[in-house]
Amino acid sequence: MSEVKYSKEHEWIKLDGDVATIGITKHATEMLGDIVFAELPEKGSNVEKDGTAGVVESTKAASDVYTPVSGEVVDTNQAIVDDPSKINQDPEDSAWFFKLKIKDPTEMNTLMNKDDYDKFAKETSA
Amino acid sequence: METKKTSLYQLHQDCNAKFVEFAGYQMPIQYSEGIVEEHRFTRNHSGIFDVSHMGQLFIYGGEDLIEDLERIFPLDLKNLKLNHSKYSFLMDKDAGIHDDLIITKTNEGFLIILNAACKDNDLKILRELLKEKYKMVLDENRSLIAIQGPKSSEILNDVINGVKDLNFMSGNWFTFENQKVYITRSGYTGEDGFEISVANDFVDKLTRELINKGSKLIGLGARDTLRLEAGLCLYGHDLDKNKTPVEANLKWAISKERISKGDFIGSDIIIKQLNDGVSKIRVGIKPEGRIIAREKTKIFNQSDVHIGEITSGTFGPSVNGPVAMGYVENEFSKKNTKVFLEVRGKKHPASICSLPFYKKSYVKGVN
Repeated sequence: MSEVKYSKEHEWIKLDGDVATIGITKHATEMLGDIVFAELPEKGSNVEKDGTAGVVESTKAASDVYTPVSGEVVDTNQAIVDDPSKINQDPEDSAWFFKLKIKDPTEMNTLMNKDDYDKFAKETSA
Repeated sequence: METKKTSLYQLHQDCNAKFVEFAGYQMPIQYSEGIVEEHRFTRNHSGIFDVSHMGQLFIYGGEDLIEDLERIFPLDLKNLKLNHSKYSFLMDKDAGIHDDLIITKTNEGFLIILNAACKDNDLKILRELLKEKYKMVLDENRSLIAIQGPKSSEILNDVINGVKDLNFMSGNWFTFENQKVYITRSGYTGEDGFEISVANDFVDKLTRELINKGSKLIGLGARDTLRLEAGLCLYGHDLDKNKTPVEANLKWAISKERISKGDFIGSDIIIKQLNDGVSKIRVGIKPEGRIIAREKTKIFNQSDVHIGEITSGTFGPSVNGPVAMGYVENEFSKKNTKVFLEVRGKKHPASICSLPFYKKSYVKGVN
């Protein structure tokens, strides 16, 4: 399994073979506050890199969820739809959003590693 | 214009508040525990809200003042008892709402609590209407805090003895650190609670004492979810100059005695609307699923005709689901009417419901 990568839109992505698991970062959940609603892409649909692939809403506002790479949605995490507070509790593991069969592995190269993302998150929220 | 800070700014910072600018003030939207936990803590225990940005307008006068204010507000102020409060509105001649407010009869005149964003304009309007006849002070030297929730009476009474004997919508002067504080049993969360007007120099000490007794600071975020669950209006959203109290479904707040006389600002329109009905009216709206329909969401009927708009919508932590209110054409305002809400291009089923979403627990008869 490859290392976890991060996008500027605060998604994380973990690649296992040609299937990527995608969710939002802990930093994103801290900025959003209590998440009370999640909408996921449809299984079988195709999503394009940097396109919207879902919505999360906190008590304050709605935010789009973007996909950091292109691919076909092969699985979605119904557990976070049924109980969106799980996203605040465990955003970077059990509260993943969707899995993609990725189209172009080189898209992974455009993303940040953990150190770079942490630095980016700190700078943009300061 | 520089944003103002309330006298509790340092305490908010000490409690890790996240700030937002609201009506020209730096106000706490939430603290470290977050809106949902703050909301629940208020419903189950006791929460303190800094509402010092709101206007505290003291108007000094006697019988003349009562008569003059009756020409402005649709209230029976002659029969309002000393230290009793009423919810009301400042209207224009077309009954459009400039502001909603709480007015209390004091031993020297009246105290009116005004919305932060409206207070300067309200003062201007009232000065013009009252023609400099009375001393009016929009008091910047006093802070205002609310303490709300089932444990609040016990907690506040431990610090300021005697408050637990106040009835809902009534108040009195009390003493804290040899300072006169005016306390009313009121609030805007649907819970039992109090609003405390205290000198700026003493509000920090008072608030810290209340925190030591087990209450917690609560931000504007939870204040919004609490008031919406309680079915209470927020000015600038659910109320504005294009809506009348009758359309806002607030006719309970208009004195019947005064309607029969019809001599207050906006009375022509109010009386006409009470007799003939209104074309749009404020209702509660419950989305069927978990989808949140926020302000400006369009409402459609079952034939896909646009019939209204959401004016407030959020997730209600105590309801554990989305809650909203808005205005619909009168014929679609009946409870249980099925409607559709357009969110991100898709129409989602919802129904018209009665307010509040969460049952109020005001204390009406202590004495």
